[in-house]
Amino acid sequence: MESKGIAARFVASLVVGFARLVTAVRPEWRGCLPSPNPRVYFANHASHGDFVLIWTVLPPALRGATRPVAARDYWGGSGLRAFVGKNVFNAVLIDRVPDPALPHPIEQLGAVLRRGSSLIFFPEGTRNTTDETLLPFKSGLYRLAQENPTVEFVPVWIDNLSRVMPKGHYLPVPLLCSVTFGTPILLAEAEDKDAFLTRARHALLALRPGEPAQ
Amino acid sequence: MTAKSEFFWLSLGVASVLIVATIIGHLLAKRAGPEPNAVIVNLNQRIYAWWAMVGLVAGAFLFGKAGVILLFAFASFAALREFLTLTPTRLADHWALLAVFLLALPIQYYLIWIEWYGLYSIFIPVYGFLFLSIVAAIGGDTTRFLARISFVQWGLMICVFCLSHVPAFLTLDIPGYNGKQLLLIAFLVIVVQGSDVLQYVFGKLFGRHKVAPNLSPSKTWEGLVGGVLSASLLGMALWKITPFSPVQAGLIALIVCLMGFFGGLVMSAIKRDRGVKDWGRMIEGHGGILDRLDSVIFAAPIMFHITRYWFSA
Repeated sequence: MESKGIAARFVASLVVGFARLVTAVRPEWRGCLPSPNPRVYFANHASHGDFVLIWTVLPPALRGATRPVAARDYWGGSGLRAFVGKNVFNAVLIDRVPDPALPHPIEQLGAVLRRGSSLIFFPEGTRNTTDETLLPFKSGLYRLAQENPTVEFVPVWIDNLSRVMPKGHYLPVPLLCSVTFGTPILLAEAEDKDAFLTRARHALLALRPGEPAQ
Repeated sequence: MTAKSEFFWLSLGVASVLIVATIIGHLLAKRAGPEPNAVIVNLNQRIYAWWAMVGLVAGAFLFGKAGVILLFAFASFAALREFLTLTPTRLADHWALLAVFLLALPIQYYLIWIEWYGLYSIFIPVYGFLFLSIVAAIGGDTTRFLARISFVQWGLMICVFCLSHVPAFLTLDIPGYNGKQLLLIAFLVIVVQGSDVLQYVFGKLFGRHKVAPNLSPSKTWEGLVGGVLSASLLGMALWKITPFSPVQAGLIALIVCLMGFFGGLVMSAIKRDRGVKDWGRMIEGHGGILDRLDSVIFAAPIMFHITRYWFSA
């Protein structure tokens, strides 16, 4: 187990170094600063590398306690992909189709937040491979906010990574990327699903480069 | 004098200029008082970045040919990354983009390493030009095809082909000057960058009339004339480290400064077209690496050909 831990840390620093070399990624903490409090970073999702990029720009001390939420059917199992998902990035694996015999994924995520970790969450539910800027959000983000009303939800716009590593390609083209962190939002009292998801969506879209700063 | 002692005196000269600049920057910041003045903050950022850049170039020079080629290959990589980031490419261009980074760039610098003039001078303008369009066509996406492929070819010409002419000076065989070609690179870089800095200084002190208000709000006639003339005199003063006579050195410096100025103008036009102010954020206070290298990129091939045609064996 110990050797696996060392290997995981080594691979993690390789991945971070590689992401930096290829994309020269820099964070822009526009609406908040890094914080060790449990948070939900919700981001647009267009590339397999998305959570790697968020992870890369987080201060190293926070990386260990910031866990991507990933699909068990893809990142689970065994082999290299599972090693990367479970050991290197310490992903929280959830079932896309909830198993009634197990705790519901939203409860699973709430438990992780209560233990003091932050989450990286992709509210579109899947990778966006269309020409649309952002797919409609699934209800997961709202349900997560309902269960954890005191947790800050930080919008994170990842720019350009979909051109670096588009769907179906595994060799990245080195292009500059940026990761912008917006002002955290909290579920308002009596706010319904559509209102919250619309607000979250606007908060995320406002971070795109070229949008007038607020 | 040997190349080593000349290199030592050059470094000392550049370092003294930077020390003076650093002191002036501090005095200006002090005089401006507690409220930070944007121009002075930017000036000091630029001066600190100059220390880093001069240190990097001097360090590469110590490793000779390998150091200089690696330095410029990396500069090409960073410049190309900035250029292509602003390129409206599409998914179908992925292979063409990969070919640019993984094949064209390393091959060009390898050809310079093995000093194969006949091939490195046509590799990108001919083979890169033709094969990139073939790769893009095989991608099958015809939307804005000509614009996309032109952009990639432009990036390759500017960031790799033109810039690679800086280390290419090492491949020139100049009678009575062999073993000293590094000093020609130092001459080019000092004159071009000196011209940029002097244009900035003259522009900030005396600038009134804009040269090209549509392209660049910061370029003035006063800056242009003062900067180019003083940098040409600087080039003339450096004739001892070149194979040129004082008059030749001054003339070449003048051509190099003018090319550098126009390089800045062309690259500004591209930035305007793409809707950005700087190419990137790599160098604090300056912007991206392309913002710093645009003048060198336009000056290097011209000075290379002048030197090769009239001075090499």
